[in-house]
Amino acid sequence: MASAELESQETETMTIREAIRETMREELNRDDDVFLIGEDIGVMEGVLDVTGDLYHDFGPERVRDTPISEAGIIGAATGAAATGSRPVAELMFSDFIGVAMEQTMNQMAKMRYMFGGKIEMPVTVRATEGGGMGAASQHSGTVHTMIAHFPGLMAVAPGTPEAAKGLLRSAIRSDDPVFFFENKMIYEQSGEVPVDEDFTIPLGEANVEREGDDVTVVATQRLVGESLTVADELDGDIDVEVIDLRSLYPLDTDTIVESLDKTGRMVVAGESPLSYGAQAEVVSRAVENAFYSLDAPIQRVGVPDTHIPFGPSLESEVLPDADDVRNAIERIA
Amino acid sequence: MLTIREFDTRAGERFADGEIPGFVHLYVGEEAVGVGACAALEEDDYITSTHRGHGHCIAKGLDPKLMMSEIYGKRDGYCNGKGGSMHIADVDSEMLGANGIVGAGPPLGTGAALSISQKGEDRIALSFLGDGAVAQGQVHEAVNLASTWDLPVVFLIENNQYGEGTAVSDQHNAKNLSDTAAAYDIPGINVDGMDITAVNEAVTEARKRARNGEGPTLIEAETYRFHGHFEGDQELYRDEEEVEDWRKRDPIDTFSERLIERDELSEEELGEMREDIEMEIEDAIEYAKNADDPTPDEAYEDMFSQRVPDIDLFVEQANARADGGTRGGEF
Repeated sequence: MASAELESQETETMTIREAIRETMREELNRDDDVFLIGEDIGVMEGVLDVTGDLYHDFGPERVRDTPISEAGIIGAATGAAATGSRPVAELMFSDFIGVAMEQTMNQMAKMRYMFGGKIEMPVTVRATEGGGMGAASQHSGTVHTMIAHFPGLMAVAPGTPEAAKGLLRSAIRSDDPVFFFENKMIYEQSGEVPVDEDFTIPLGEANVEREGDDVTVVATQRLVGESLTVADELDGDIDVEVIDLRSLYPLDTDTIVESLDKTGRMVVAGESPLSYGAQAEVVSRAVENAFYSLDAPIQRVGVPDTHIPFGPSLESEVLPDADDVRNAIERIA
Repeated sequence: MLTIREFDTRAGERFADGEIPGFVHLYVGEEAVGVGACAALEEDDYITSTHRGHGHCIAKGLDPKLMMSEIYGKRDGYCNGKGGSMHIADVDSEMLGANGIVGAGPPLGTGAALSISQKGEDRIALSFLGDGAVAQGQVHEAVNLASTWDLPVVFLIENNQYGEGTAVSDQHNAKNLSDTAAAYDIPGINVDGMDITAVNEAVTEARKRARNGEGPTLIEAETYRFHGHFEGDQELYRDEEEVEDWRKRDPIDTFSERLIERDELSEEELGEMREDIEMEIEDAIEYAKNADDPTPDEAYEDMFSQRVPDIDLFVEQANARADGGTRGGEF
């Protein structure tokens, strides 16, 4: 089902990679204070080809290649955001956040609060997550739980081209720090996206991608598409509702509760390691706010607390997929 | 310099008396660095500071009354009582914050300079950092970025001889910390940090370079803190004799003696200045003591530009009473 935002909108078909690139192009055109900063985003057009030709259109100052200095990149983006710029920093692989965690958690996240709300922090950080291409443990992690957990940071993780576009634009225009997590396995996934250059999706809003009455699946990133496939396969036997969580923080408790009030059963699927993961927060919100609507134990789908191994047979073992979502649904349906 | 000396001396006393919560790091002895540097800046130049930041704030023109209120945790303080001694900031004065993390200021200074460069503005950023910060990886990244891009920023190392409680020579192999500038192909300058005019001249020159598009300068100012790392520090790492030797080079005494010798200042004028400043700081303390505390619910404000429902949800849950019903309803 197309989302509510798409009704009565002129749309075009594009991939998630294109949606991200075109949103950056539109925002670079719209606002001179916006600039991109990161490793190999310019001349090399991005290691996963997301920034693409932007360097050629906007030049080395608006699309700024950096040394391999994640702490420097995040620190400089934070300082620039504190002084009136609107940087979009790319961390390349999200695993590299470890190198930049100090500037992220103690500067970017805390400045507004520590300064009594007297400073804006309009910075966006893009990072690619997820396994599936044999990139091994240090280039395949899903770390968004850490960012969503840390007070003062917003985090989004879209599962469709439309969400990628609407959320990235909201992130860039936001006066708060927003981490935009991309999943590297769904860059080529295509879908309908509004052509309106002011199309945004509010930070903190989930979307019901498919309505159903029996089981709610709350999914993120790659698992949104996988869950929709499973829902179609089960159609006729089990009526599955699929929600793209979209925003990890703020988290749309209302949409989760409304769905549970209807279905009474829930699966939460994402690629985070399970213990203390993003899925766990969704479960907590559900239990705290919709306990009396529950008819079965909530199921979590994610990585069973390992790193992402290199070898294909090992990697596919730990990565959650459609089969895991189907099993989880069938356990409680 | 006199204002900083009086402010920090009195803040130390009030802390010892238990009036000020947390901990405070005093700038006493290092005044010539902050004042000499900020006097070389234009009003709209940015600075980033350190955990020992009171002096930088006063030198940048912040109001001692609002600083003291912040240190007392009051709503009138620069950060509405949320920051305290280690996080005083005033964006309106282009003062981007004292900082509790050693070495975190220079990346922010580089970022401010990047903003200046992107916007084509006619100003610079100056990052104060301690000798201890020079050992931090993020400082290297910040200086490397700034020098690679010729950004308008000055890095000013306040070498007060100790990184917390460990001597500089036990933390660095470089003979002079400014020697590390060679690795970035930028000027590395060593100045007497007890001499306000020496610091002022070095920063004036560095500012000129920055504005001319010649990139950053790394300045090391040799100085000394007369108090411990923090108030209450037992100072096991140094002896009284060493402290006394440095006190003979007190930057306020040496500068005022020089001015008096040159007939640019009289003993009477100096005395009047001291009295005025004592009164100003006494007023600041009284103001801070009598200022309102923030109300407890203000703890939930200022996380983001707009309130997020998550915080309200958790606060509501925490405050809900057993008989108040729950969002989930009944079985």
